[in-house]
Amino acid sequence: MSARHTATRKRDGALTEHRHDLLRTMLTIRRFEEACAELYSATKIRGFLHLYVGEEAVATGVIAALGPDDAVVSTYREHGHALARGVSMDAVMAEMFGRQTGCSRGRGGSMHLFDRSHGLFGGNAIVAGGMPLAVGLALADRMQDRDRVTACFFGDGAAAEGEFHESLNLASLWHLPVLFCCENNLYAMGTAIAKEHARTNLAERAATYGLEAAAVDGMDVLAVEDAARSAVDAIRAGGGPQFLELDTYRFRAHSMYDSDRYRDRAEIAAWKKRDPIDALVAVLRADGDLTEKAMTELEADIAEQIARAVTAAEAAPLEPVEDLTRFVYSREAGS
Amino acid sequence: MATFTMPSLGADMEEGTLLEWLVKPGDTVRKGDIVAVVDTAKAAVEVETFVDGVVQELLVAPGTTVPVGQALATFGETATTAATTPTAAPVAAPTGPRPAPPPVHSPLVRRQAERLGVDLTHVVGTGRAGVVTRRDVTRAAEAIATRPARPEPSAPGARIRVAPYARRLAEELGVDLSALAPPPGGEPIRAKDVRAAAAKTTVAGTTAAETAHTPRPDAMRGVIANLMARSKREVPHYYLATTIDLTRALDWLHERNRDLPVSDRLVPAALMLKATALAAQARPALNGFWIDGSFRPADQVHLGIAISLRGGGLVAPALHDAANLALTDLMAQMRDLVTRARGGRLRGSEISDPTLTVTNLGEQGVELVHGVIYPPQVALVGFGRIVERPWAVDGLIGVRSVTTATLSGDHRATDGFTGARFLADIEQRLQQPEEL
Amino acid sequence: MTDTLETTYREALREAIRDAMRADDRVFLMGEDVGDYGGCFAVSLGLLEEFGPDRIRDTPLSESAFVGAGIGAAIAGMRPIVEVMTVNFSLLALDQIMNNAASLLHMSGGQFNVPLVIRMTTGAGRQLAAQHSHSLEGWYAHIPGLRVLTPATLEDARGMLATALGDPDPVLIFEHGSLYAMKGTLAADAGAVDIDHAAIRRPGTDVSLITYGGSLGKTLEAAVLLDQDGVSAEVLDLRTLRPLDDEAIMDSVRRTHHAVVVDEGWRTGSISAEISARIMEQALYDLDAPVERVCTAEVPLPYAKHLEAAALPQPAGIAAAAHRTLG
Repeated sequence: MSARHTATRKRDGALTEHRHDLLRTMLTIRRFEEACAELYSATKIRGFLHLYVGEEAVATGVIAALGPDDAVVSTYREHGHALARGVSMDAVMAEMFGRQTGCSRGRGGSMHLFDRSHGLFGGNAIVAGGMPLAVGLALADRMQDRDRVTACFFGDGAAAEGEFHESLNLASLWHLPVLFCCENNLYAMGTAIAKEHARTNLAERAATYGLEAAAVDGMDVLAVEDAARSAVDAIRAGGGPQFLELDTYRFRAHSMYDSDRYRDRAEIAAWKKRDPIDALVAVLRADGDLTEKAMTELEADIAEQIARAVTAAEAAPLEPVEDLTRFVYSREAGS
Repeated sequence: MATFTMPSLGADMEEGTLLEWLVKPGDTVRKGDIVAVVDTAKAAVEVETFVDGVVQELLVAPGTTVPVGQALATFGETATTAATTPTAAPVAAPTGPRPAPPPVHSPLVRRQAERLGVDLTHVVGTGRAGVVTRRDVTRAAEAIATRPARPEPSAPGARIRVAPYARRLAEELGVDLSALAPPPGGEPIRAKDVRAAAAKTTVAGTTAAETAHTPRPDAMRGVIANLMARSKREVPHYYLATTIDLTRALDWLHERNRDLPVSDRLVPAALMLKATALAAQARPALNGFWIDGSFRPADQVHLGIAISLRGGGLVAPALHDAANLALTDLMAQMRDLVTRARGGRLRGSEISDPTLTVTNLGEQGVELVHGVIYPPQVALVGFGRIVERPWAVDGLIGVRSVTTATLSGDHRATDGFTGARFLADIEQRLQQPEEL
Repeated sequence: MTDTLETTYREALREAIRDAMRADDRVFLMGEDVGDYGGCFAVSLGLLEEFGPDRIRDTPLSESAFVGAGIGAAIAGMRPIVEVMTVNFSLLALDQIMNNAASLLHMSGGQFNVPLVIRMTTGAGRQLAAQHSHSLEGWYAHIPGLRVLTPATLEDARGMLATALGDPDPVLIFEHGSLYAMKGTLAADAGAVDIDHAAIRRPGTDVSLITYGGSLGKTLEAAVLLDQDGVSAEVLDLRTLRPLDDEAIMDSVRRTHHAVVVDEGWRTGSISAEISARIMEQALYDLDAPVERVCTAEVPLPYAKHLEAAALPQPAGIAAAAHRTLG
C-alpha cells in the first residue's frame, strides 16, 4: 500500500469518508450486477451480460484517481466503470432494459454504455477495439493542449490482439496521455492466460514499448487507487503513457452463465476469499471506521436505489420504431 | 413463499433440462447459493437462487425438460415452515398446465410407421388410452396415398416475351402486342418494335395513341381498323375465285362419320382447312410474310382461323402446322381454338404465328368472300356457304354440293398465276378426301 | 470568363488538403509516409514543410491503430484526414472503420459522431497484381453510417475533401490509382463541391452508362465508340456510392430505357448489383431490356498485362454491353 493509505490516521475524517465512498461504489456495482443477473434470469435483460463481480476494485480504484474532465474508454464488461464514473444508475439500468431513458437510448445495451457528460466513451465489444480510440482521444488532447488523461480499460485477452501492440507503440511513440489499465483476470473468456500468451507477465511486456508499467493487486482497491493516482500524476507531469496491470479475478461466468469447465474450483474458491469488498470492509473495521449499523444502512440504501432504478426502467418508454434508423447519420438524427 | 423458476441462462435459451438438484426439501438456502444443475444444450450450468429461504417442494424431477420461467421448486420463508413440511418426493412433472408426455409407441408400430413413411406425431391413436395401433398406422399410410396430388403447375405457355418498357409503350400507343410478328431468334419485343408497329398503324392522321385508353371492345375495333386500313393502304390485293364440287368429299365424310361418336365426327370445314394447308405447303409462295420489301416464306403452315367473337370483333389464331395434322387432330384443335378464342384464352403464339389465314363465312350464309389480307401475311383464303347447285359432270347435269373458294393475294409477293395454281390445288385435294 | 489552370488529379488533391489545413487548425493529415516521403502517391508532397510534423503526421504501419486514433481524435474535436495507403491495407483497419467509425453514433444513442475523413487509393490497371489491385469501395458502401465518395474528375478531386471535412460523420474517399497523373484544366477558384448528387458527364438518349471513379474514363471512351455506331449514350458519374443518388439513376434510365452499369469491383455482391436491383425496384417498367453489368472478372487480379486488361472493364466491352441492351 502506498503512502496515502498506509499512513492511516484514525481521526482523518476526510480519509474515512473517501474510503466509505470506495466501499459504497464497490458495493453498488456488486449489488447492481447481482440484480442484473436476476433480471436476466427472469428475461427482463437480454443479449450478452458480462458481469464484473470480483473485479470491482479495479474500476473503483482507477476511476477514483481520475479528475472530472478525464476520459474513460471501456470494454464490454463495463457496468462497473460506468457506475464508478458516476453515470446514473437509472440510466444504466434503463439501458439494460433497452429503454429510451437508457444512457445509450436503448441502442447499446449492456456492452455499449456511453455518457458524454461523464466522459465515458463507451463500452466496446470488440476486444482491444477501444485501445486505438483512446490513443486518438489522447492525440487530440495533446494537439489541443488539453490537460486530460484518458483511462483505457481492456483485459488480458486484448493483450494478444494486434491493436494492443499497435496502440501501446503509437501512444509511446507520440508520448500521449493514456493510462492503459489491463484488467488481468487470467482468462480470455475461457482460455487461461498461459494458454494464449508466450509471456504472461503483461506489465513486463508493456514496458518493452517504452512506457512505465507496473503490476498491482487488483483485489485491493486502496492499492489500485494509489497506483492509478501515481500514474495519472506522472502522465499529467508529462511522463507519457503509463501501463497498469491489475491482477484480479471474475467470480462469475464470462457472460452471465457458463459451466466454468475451464477453471479449477479450488482456484475460484481461493480468489473468492480475496473478495475486494470483504477486504476493504476488513480494513475499515480494523481501523474502527465501519460499524455494523453503517454497513446495514449502506446495504439498505443501495438496495433501495436499485429497486428504484428497476421500477423506473420498467416504466420507461421505448424508442419509437419510427426512429429505428435515427442516429445512423448526424443530419438525420435531429437534435 | 417464493417460486424458483427455470432461469434463462443465455440469450438463445428457451428451455432447459434439470440435471440435478443440489438441495432437498427442508434445506435452508441463501441468495446466491447454487441449488441445481441445468443443461442448456450448450453446457451444464450451476444455477443459483436469488432469494433466501427454505426449500419446500421440488416440482421437477431430474431429467425433465421445461421452458424458461416454469416453476422448479417452492421456497418457504422460514426454517420453521420447512420443518413442518413433509419431504415430498419430486414428482415426475410439474403441477399445473404442462406439455403432454411424449407418446409411447410400441417397437412394432414404430417400425411399421418408418416403413410406410408415416409421421407418428400426427397419428391419432385409437387404442387404449390413446395409444397408436398398427391399424392406425396403416390407415394413416392409406390416407397419404389417396391424398389428391398437388396439381401440377400449369405449363408455362408460349408467352410472348416483351420488355417491360415495350409493354408499357404498347399500351400507351395502342399497339396490339399479339399482332406483332415476333422478332427473330427468340428475342423479346422491344420498344423499337412497338414504335415501328405504331408508326405503321397511323391512320388518316390519327395516331393509334389517340385511340388508346378506350374500352376493350373499342380497342379491338381500333386494332382491326388500323390493321385492315394498313392492309388496304399498303397491300395491292388481287382476287381469284373458283367453285369447288364437294360432293365426293361430303359423301366420304358422311361414310366416315356414320360409325363414330358425335365427338369424333368431322365437319366439312376440317377438310377445307386441311386441303388449304397442304396446298400452301406445296406452294410456299403464298405462305409467309412480306417484311421490309421482300417475301419471307414460313417454314411451316400455321393456318390463321378467322373467328368472330360474340362481343364483336375478330381474331385469327393459328392452327399450328396444319398440313401435318391428322384430320381428327385438326378437328379437335380447331374446336379447342374456337372455344378458347371466344373465352379470351388464346396463347400468345397462336395470336402471333399465323402464316396464311382462312376465313369461312359459310355458316353466315354468304357464298363468296373477298377477304382483306392480314399483314404481313401475303394471302387469305375464303370459303363460302356449301350450296346445292345444278352442276354438269361428265356431260350430265346433276345436283351437286359446291362451295366457292376465293383467294386474296398480295400482288407484291405473288401474281395471279401463282394464286390460280394454288386454288386449283385446293380443289384437286378436295376431290380426294381420303388423301387428306 | 474565369481563370483556369493546368493541373493534375494529384495536385488537385494536394491543394484541397492544403486549403483545408490553412482554413482550419483542427485539420491534420496522418498516415503511412505522408510526411518525409511525401505520400506514397506524392499527394502530400511538400505539405510537411508547410505545416510541420505535428499536422503532417507519419504513422507506424499500424492501420488499425492510426485509423482508430483518427476516430478518437475526431470525437475529441479534431478534423483528421487519415490516409490509408491503399484499399488493400484498409482491411487491417476494417474493424475500426466498421465497428467504431460507422457504429459509434448509433450505439451511443446519438452522443458521439465521428467527423473523420479517410482517404485511400483504390483500383487496378497498373500491374500491381492480386494484393494491390482491389476495388473495395462497393464493400464499404454496404455499411450504414459511412459516406463513400469516388472522385473521378479534377473538380471532384479538388472539391470533395472540403465538403467531406464539413460532414459530421465519417467519409471515405476512394482515389483510383490510375487517376493521379490525369491532367486537365481547372478553374483557378475551384473549391468545395456537392457530394450528394451524381453527375451526367455526357448526355445521351439511347442508353445510360452508369459508372464512377476509375471507370469513368473508359466509359466515356465507350460512349465515343457507341456514337460511331449511331448510338447516343448517356454517361452518369455516380460520384457518391453511399448514399446512392437514386433519383439521378432513375431519371436517366427513364429517359433512355436501357442501362449498363460499369464497376471495377467484382460482379458478385457488388455495388453494380445494388444499382441493378434498385433499377429493377424503381424503374422496371421503363426498362426495354435487362440491365447489363460490366465488372471485373472474378479472379484475383493477375500481374501479366494482357491478363489484367482482360479482367478489367474496357471500352469495347462496355460498348458491346450497350449494344446488347439495345438489341
